[in-house]
Amino acid sequence: MTKYALEIEHLNKTYRNGVRALKDISLNVKDGDLFAFLGPNGAGKSTVIGIITTLVNISSGTVKVYGKDVTKDPEFTKKMIGVVPQEYNLNQFIPIKETMINIGGYFGLTKMQSTYKTQELFEDLGIWHKRDSTPRELSGGMKRRLMIARALIHNPKLLILDEPTAGVDTELRLTMWDFFKKLNNDGVTIILTTHYLEEAERLCKNLAIVHQGELVQNSSMSEVMSSRRKHTYIIRTDSNISNSNVFSGNMKIIDNESCEIVVDNKISITEIINAFNKNNINVLEILSKRNKLEELFIELTQS
Amino acid sequence: MMKNLYLIQLLTIFRKEFVRWSRIWIQTILPSVITIFLYITIFGNFIGERIGEINDLPYIHFIIPGLIIMPIISNSYMNVVGSFYSGRFQKSIEELFVSPLSTHVILTGYVLGGVSRAFVVGFAVYVVSLAFTDIPIHNMSLAIFLTLLVSVLFSILGFINAAYAKSFDDINIIPTFVLTPLTYLGGTFYSIYDLPETWQSISMFNPIAYMVSAFRYAFIGIEEMNTYSAVYMLFILIFLMYSLAIFILNKGIGVKN
Repeated sequence: MTKYALEIEHLNKTYRNGVRALKDISLNVKDGDLFAFLGPNGAGKSTVIGIITTLVNISSGTVKVYGKDVTKDPEFTKKMIGVVPQEYNLNQFIPIKETMINIGGYFGLTKMQSTYKTQELFEDLGIWHKRDSTPRELSGGMKRRLMIARALIHNPKLLILDEPTAGVDTELRLTMWDFFKKLNNDGVTIILTTHYLEEAERLCKNLAIVHQGELVQNSSMSEVMSSRRKHTYIIRTDSNISNSNVFSGNMKIIDNESCEIVVDNKISITEIINAFNKNNINVLEILSKRNKLEELFIELTQS
Repeated sequence: MMKNLYLIQLLTIFRKEFVRWSRIWIQTILPSVITIFLYITIFGNFIGERIGEINDLPYIHFIIPGLIIMPIISNSYMNVVGSFYSGRFQKSIEELFVSPLSTHVILTGYVLGGVSRAFVVGFAVYVVSLAFTDIPIHNMSLAIFLTLLVSVLFSILGFINAAYAKSFDDINIIPTFVLTPLTYLGGTFYSIYDLPETWQSISMFNPIAYMVSAFRYAFIGIEEMNTYSAVYMLFILIFLMYSLAIFILNKGIGVKN
């Protein structure tokens, strides 16, 4: 029998101001999964996360974390999950090591246990040297890493990351991806929301997309990849191609030496280059216009 | 096992709160001490010498218990309202609500923070008063007990205020427009029975007047209002306000959407 880290059934949320943020959402996240939870701004992702973490009240429906209802047994849920919120919610005035010790205490860890775990997490995330600083003295990337460390102090089984790499430079983002993958390999289920679809595509095994409070896609990443039949490339050549017609009907001229082509998934890059060569045009550069997940995302959220 | 968990959680919140106010003692302790020093200097010494005696006691002895309880009230209130609202403002309060803390532990932790500050300020002000006059404490246990009850009550009230506050202005409205007038009209500087009859009757509805009177009894043994009534009233108010604060926490008012 499949064990689920998260089960959401017919979840609805209407805020007091009348905004219907979630409309009958149902989805499951398997134990051990690295799950992408995607959607444009205001789609309802943070509301779902708020409900899982008990910071937002449910209008109707059920949410279970490791089989227990979050409204009926919130203490169990809170012990099982760690959450990295989208917005910084750090106490700006106390040293970050003290924040960690406090959070550990809220979860029942002694000061010694919290200190030990803090050192381990801070060293893994490269912020141990900043342990005596307050959040005000940290860069954006360091604050993100601190929030990740804070969410992991009690060894949660389910980690919810709400845009954890927003505003983080490329090098650090790659380091964080490795960190998430390692955590997932160690058995932590991860739910990731992100606007960097490449991040979701690289890291996640399954995904859900919400749009205007509704679930519009829920499948495995491999299904998404194989379902995309067309692919768009940008080609840069060494010749004037404004009057050529290499890929008739599927070619859009960008400038004299560049064009955009839409081809079937089965056509290889070599075949594309050969087609241009046959017309005495050398291909200098070939770029994928957008990744497959991005194509799906735009298709679902702009329809 | 659970008892141990609750104890660790409670001590963590208390430690956080204690460290918070003690780290900024220049803002939290010193102002009250200076204010009361000035009150004792001006009212106790300069003006007090002209007033003479009230209830056969030097004026300075009469006002010191009220001057001690004033900062106990304001510091316990301001400690909790400031800390909890600041947490809400920074959203760091979410740390508490995504952790497996019971609402009783959260409230008790904050209240203990307020109580600890109230005791330190109260003691500091008492020490300052000793520089002006030798005032023996009539009933030390009662003084400590009343300090505890009063600071618990006003810490809880501060918590309720913080949960409903929508801006930093809102956390100053109650202290400025309710607590300060009630405290000044609570008989700190005068005997309620020296007032005209109408004002005497109105003062009977001022709960702080009972607290000042009870505290004065604990210090100098003179009872203007029934001390038992003050203690019963404090217990009832604490019970009611504690229940309201727990309701607020369970509902997530000010925290949950």
